[in-house]
Amino acid sequence: MKAVVIKYNAGNITSVEFAFKRIGVDVVVTDDVEIIKAADKVIFPGVGEASSAMSYLKDKKLDKIIKDLKQPVLGICLGMQLMCDYSEEGNTNCLGIFSQKVNKFKSTDFKVPQIGWNNIYDLKSPLLKNINENSYVYFVHGYYAELGENTISKTNYILEYSSALNKNNFYGTQFHPEKSGDIGEQILKNFIGLK
Amino acid sequence: MLAKRIIPCLDIKDGRTVKGINFENIRDAGDPVELAIRYCKEGADELVFLDITATNEKRKTLSELVKKIASNINIPFTVGGGISTIEDVRVLLNSGADKVSVNTSAFKTPELIKELSNQFGSQCIVLAIDTKFDLDSYPDGEWLVYLNGGKVKTNKKALDWAIEGVKLGAGEILLTSMNNDGTKNGFANEITKLISESVNVPVIASGGAGLMQHFNDAFTIGQADAALAASVFHYKEIGIFELKEFLYKNNIQVRI
Repeated sequence: MKAVVIKYNAGNITSVEFAFKRIGVDVVVTDDVEIIKAADKVIFPGVGEASSAMSYLKDKKLDKIIKDLKQPVLGICLGMQLMCDYSEEGNTNCLGIFSQKVNKFKSTDFKVPQIGWNNIYDLKSPLLKNINENSYVYFVHGYYAELGENTISKTNYILEYSSALNKNNFYGTQFHPEKSGDIGEQILKNFIGLK
Repeated sequence: MLAKRIIPCLDIKDGRTVKGINFENIRDAGDPVELAIRYCKEGADELVFLDITATNEKRKTLSELVKKIASNINIPFTVGGGISTIEDVRVLLNSGADKVSVNTSAFKTPELIKELSNQFGSQCIVLAIDTKFDLDSYPDGEWLVYLNGGKVKTNKKALDWAIEGVKLGAGEILLTSMNNDGTKNGFANEITKLISESVNVPVIASGGAGLMQHFNDAFTIGQADAALAASVFHYKEIGIFELKEFLYKNNIQVRI
């Protein structure tokens, strides 16, 4: 099993590395195109701002590489948002793998960003195999992906949105499986088990 | 629904967990990594580590400890204590911390909050405020900001500093009432509520937990988004699982 984490300017890679190590998978952190292409699994993490992350990916020509990957790819948090079509954050055209748009949470009654544990429901896809409906996972985000045909999990905060997405070999979670206790660990195991 | 968070706090001195009363009389409370693993298993939603030695030569030891913690637990954690530069924060985040908390240095150089949130994102910058109800400076009393682990009084109102800090980019407020800390008489719900209603970021109530009901009150009366405690958890006076069951029965949204 060769799993790589795509290295770019949107951090929090250490937690992801540690999380995979805990389930017995050593990941390589790299921005080397050939190593990424040859991997069995690709993880695309990210905490940061959409437009600067996208321009970094373009500079490094990683945007095209990611779109063309054939092995299972898991985008986490900003990684997932960048796999969507467009983000209101910095008015950014993203990778366009998922058809969703990413919007800013707007509310006067709720605190933004959402920080903490919330439920996931209407679960489908092998990524979420053996995960109970309404399980709690950990979120930190001020922007959300709309519901749509790629939605494989929903969450409600201010409104109902996509907490996980899937299209073909591409998967994304808005929440942080690497920080979501045993539930998160199961999701990472499911990802590693994907064919 | 977004759950209310229960956060055990570990004060770290020379690599050990310690706990004082009213910010003084420090005593040993065990190995931080072991404690962290225990809390994780018991259902803590997040952990906070405050390095109360936090001198420069100790910083390296702290980052080693952070790495050990990060490799052993699968929930988010915050590290604080003596953080004053972008480089301090980078080292801790690269070691696996999810958030850092800033206190005295941010008060002295508010620009630091802005720089840190620009560099790393607001979501990982927690503004820790130590506050005490002061009867000397204002006729009806006022919650004022204290610095250096509660040793230095300022004339700044805690509410004003919280609002200012959020404007500068703080993503969360960790509010510790020095009047309540160590007393086990409950959280300072009045000031917690005031700040929680005045800022658009989560507020973590801290100081004073003694009974399960106190957590309930922090969430209902104090409008806190999370509640933090140390000794009641360290000395097993309150079990985290039992606490969450209690809150659940009282219609507080918690992760069980």
